[in-house]
Amino acid sequence: MTRKLPIRELVLFAGLLVAVLAVYGLMGAAYSTRMLVEAACYAILALGLTIQWGYAGQFNAGVMGFVALGGFCAMLFSVPTNPAFWNTELPGELGRVLLYLVAAIALVYGATKLDRLGIPKRLRTFIAIVLAVVLYMAVIGAMREVTDEIESRAGFIGGLGLPTWVGWIFGGALAGGIGYFIGRICLGLRSDYLAIATLGIAEIIKAFLKNSDWLTRGTATVSPLPWPTPGPGELGFVLARAIYLSITAVVIAAIFFLLYRAYYAPWGRMIRAIRDNEISAAAMGKDINRRRLEIFVLGCILMGIGGAALTSFNSIFDPQGYLPLNHTFLVLVMVILGGPGNNLGTIFGAVLVYIIWIMSEPLALSVMHAVTALGEGWFGWEVGGNLDSRALQARVFVIGLLISLVLRYAPKGLIPEKVPQYD
Amino acid sequence: MNELVFFINNVVISGTVTGSIYAMGAIGVTLVFSIMRFAHFAHADMMTLGAFMVLLLTTLFPNVGAVVGLPSALLLLPIAMALTAGAAVGIDRAFYKPLRAHDVKPIVMVIASLGVTLMLQGLIRLFAGTSSQSLYIAERKDIFRFELPFDLATRNIVVTEPQIILFVFVIVAVVSLHLFLSRSRLGKAMRAMSDNPDLARASGINTNTIVAVTWIIAGSLAAAAGTLLSLDVAFKPDLSFFLLLPIFAAAIVGGVGHPYGAIAGGFVVGFAETLAVFNWAVLLRPFRDSLPEWLDLPSNLALVGTEYKIVVPFFILVAILVWRPTGIFKGKVI
Amino acid sequence: MALLEASDVHGGYGGMNILNGVNMSIEVNEIGVIVGPNGAGKSTMLKAIFGMLTVSQGEIRLRGEPITNTAPNKLVHKGMAYVPQEKNIFPSLTVQENLEMGTYIRPQNFRRMLEQVYEFFPPLREKRRQPAGELSGGQRQMVAMGRALMVEPSLLLLDEPTAGLSPLFMNEIFERIKTINAAGVGVLMVEQNAKQALAIAHKGFVLASGQNRFTDTGEALLNDPEVAKSFLGG
Repeated sequence: MTRKLPIRELVLFAGLLVAVLAVYGLMGAAYSTRMLVEAACYAILALGLTIQWGYAGQFNAGVMGFVALGGFCAMLFSVPTNPAFWNTELPGELGRVLLYLVAAIALVYGATKLDRLGIPKRLRTFIAIVLAVVLYMAVIGAMREVTDEIESRAGFIGGLGLPTWVGWIFGGALAGGIGYFIGRICLGLRSDYLAIATLGIAEIIKAFLKNSDWLTRGTATVSPLPWPTPGPGELGFVLARAIYLSITAVVIAAIFFLLYRAYYAPWGRMIRAIRDNEISAAAMGKDINRRRLEIFVLGCILMGIGGAALTSFNSIFDPQGYLPLNHTFLVLVMVILGGPGNNLGTIFGAVLVYIIWIMSEPLALSVMHAVTALGEGWFGWEVGGNLDSRALQARVFVIGLLISLVLRYAPKGLIPEKVPQYD
Repeated sequence: MNELVFFINNVVISGTVTGSIYAMGAIGVTLVFSIMRFAHFAHADMMTLGAFMVLLLTTLFPNVGAVVGLPSALLLLPIAMALTAGAAVGIDRAFYKPLRAHDVKPIVMVIASLGVTLMLQGLIRLFAGTSSQSLYIAERKDIFRFELPFDLATRNIVVTEPQIILFVFVIVAVVSLHLFLSRSRLGKAMRAMSDNPDLARASGINTNTIVAVTWIIAGSLAAAAGTLLSLDVAFKPDLSFFLLLPIFAAAIVGGVGHPYGAIAGGFVVGFAETLAVFNWAVLLRPFRDSLPEWLDLPSNLALVGTEYKIVVPFFILVAILVWRPTGIFKGKVI
Repeated sequence: MALLEASDVHGGYGGMNILNGVNMSIEVNEIGVIVGPNGAGKSTMLKAIFGMLTVSQGEIRLRGEPITNTAPNKLVHKGMAYVPQEKNIFPSLTVQENLEMGTYIRPQNFRRMLEQVYEFFPPLREKRRQPAGELSGGQRQMVAMGRALMVEPSLLLLDEPTAGLSPLFMNEIFERIKTINAAGVGVLMVEQNAKQALAIAHKGFVLASGQNRFTDTGEALLNDPEVAKSFLGG
């Protein structure tokens, strides 16, 4: 392997630096640092997606769901406890219902094993299904009672009052757990099915978080969320955000280092072998589905952590704020534009796309105003009142167009994956 | 008896409505899948696009329907179907065909279709805004009430005009699709290409024609489904992600690449949804007095709340992928 | 004028050349047979003729008209038909629908050609309403050849028509090929059963490593001791 000076990378990163400095010059330090922190959080998400899509060819269309899970954990663990809930008998009630739930699951699981006692399989399936429905209805009924009670008396259960980083870790773990469940089902099948299933689970996670008022306050949102670092109230915006930025930078560096090691380790080689030629990898005795599951879960964990970091930073947990566009497709553009499978390219893509994204908002508004001014002048258009919200929809179009253009003209991204050659 | 009427109104009719919509969407998805071998994520947005075109046309000509006594939107639907079909072919030429020419993996096509999804969403919302609008602009929705010939039934079975239109349309569409696929030369060529694309090419079948025909069918059915859904409720630009999952679930349940399976799958998913959100306590109420004392009948016996409706197609999807990934009718692609 | 003439054909998949200069020529109404060891490029040559892979050098002519690198669906219009070795039917279509796909480009000939094909392959008439995927191997091969014949080709390309068939069916297929040829159709086929194939061949081409090793009449090749020793198993 010959080492060449990475001119392409140097030029691109220099360009990125210029862009960042330009934003600093235009928008001021506080705004720009906030943008950089958010870009860094997105970089974690993008790294999660790049190992799924770039390393292993798995397409996760539900990044939003994993981000929301991470955000939920960050909220649940870090927000102060709610005495109106804990000082009543409600925690006990809730615990009782959760025990019912565990017992119900155990019973249904037991029913699926009834055939070992000599009961015919069809009868067993029938018993298991009926039992599952009945117990489900019973548990849901009990659950509704308790949660209604919590909502009316305490608002919501509040947080656990633990340090923020605990929430981040659990956010990663929870996202990984859901990822494991999805991966187990879909990874042996056509790659399209994974995309469909992840898209679905993301909407379900969002629906759950939005409607479980007792747990998340739903549309009422929870804020403020504490930061893992001293907040802006103590240090001022710029310094506090800079410290937050350094935390996320450390996280990225750690992930980057670990991924770098893994990529060149036998494990990474195996992953790429599976991506490039599944059949021959299987023929060499690799356990394909297990490796695939590992990489998928790992990606989901990163998304959970990134989502937690992003939500903590925004200091508000709003389930409705998680949008497919902002949290799935934006990340997708970052990965495919930056270079799927290339960590450096992915980080580059994340920062670049985020700058464009943030800057496109004022741009879209001004363009829209100009266009409607023209339209009114030429065709006598009647412009509705929701002009600004419509202008932002133009960004949806641009993201879609960007995806199409990159796929067609730069399918390997700006900084393509370097496949090591051994000869 | 009123409980039965309630059941018919809330499950039989509403399940048929939902099922018909899903079936029409799923046919398109499954046809695209069988000819081009990728999951077309922009399909739900093609539905929205079709409905949007109807909305535009109806705004332009709000009174054409009055001439023949049908809703204007319905009268203008064929034009919108043609326009959507044209748009579908155009989208294919512009965004999918170049990728196909490079022989990319199906999953890259999926991502490309997500790009198209976003473009369509962006355009539609740019022009139509994000709020929901009724397609009945100059008219009023007719509602038909049928009385049951029983003394005990004091309530009526309620069917709205767009629902009747929908039922008629679906039957016509399914029958003509069946005739097209089984009788016409082009339809047979389509099945041939879904069976064995290389051999189809070697037989002199022009794949570009077949691809275009597939998009025309998928696009016009999507436009019809979107419009009929919007007639029944209202035109909502942001419906797509909630339609996509049930439609894919329907296509997979029916066996991907299997148009008749897609129809069955659509009704399976549609009825599963309505049955799951139906409050079964209503049906048990007449027997309340004969139930044992200790059994306290809860007022709400729905399996899931309406806010979790989307869980139902997902659950069906997961169940079918776990137990029978080829679908109930043995689809072609796993 | 030769029905098919290929001179110095080079080509292969993804930059890897499999054909390194193949020459071939068959006259109208002749049966040409390509034999040779595995990996010699026999099927590849057939695909190159039918425009299914890129020919990088050399020329192929059909009745004097250059057809190098012409797309398969255009070649069908010029009177060529191709039966792949595998996946050569539409499994979910009925037998008759399979045959109908053969006349896709000339629907007006459907009835007439259908009768002819049923004459050639009587079992297909009985099974015409069955999905082709449900038939036995030999009958599937008949469907595949029948579909190709529906085009009314002047040249029929067959890739190992007897692969995987029992000896009984094998003989039947060879008989059919002779009948088809007698009806005026030129045939170029790749065969593993070299002896039987050469016995019905007017021209034989022995390929090895993507080049002609021997080119002669079928009979001459059968009687050539060197060919027999190296390629026909003694």
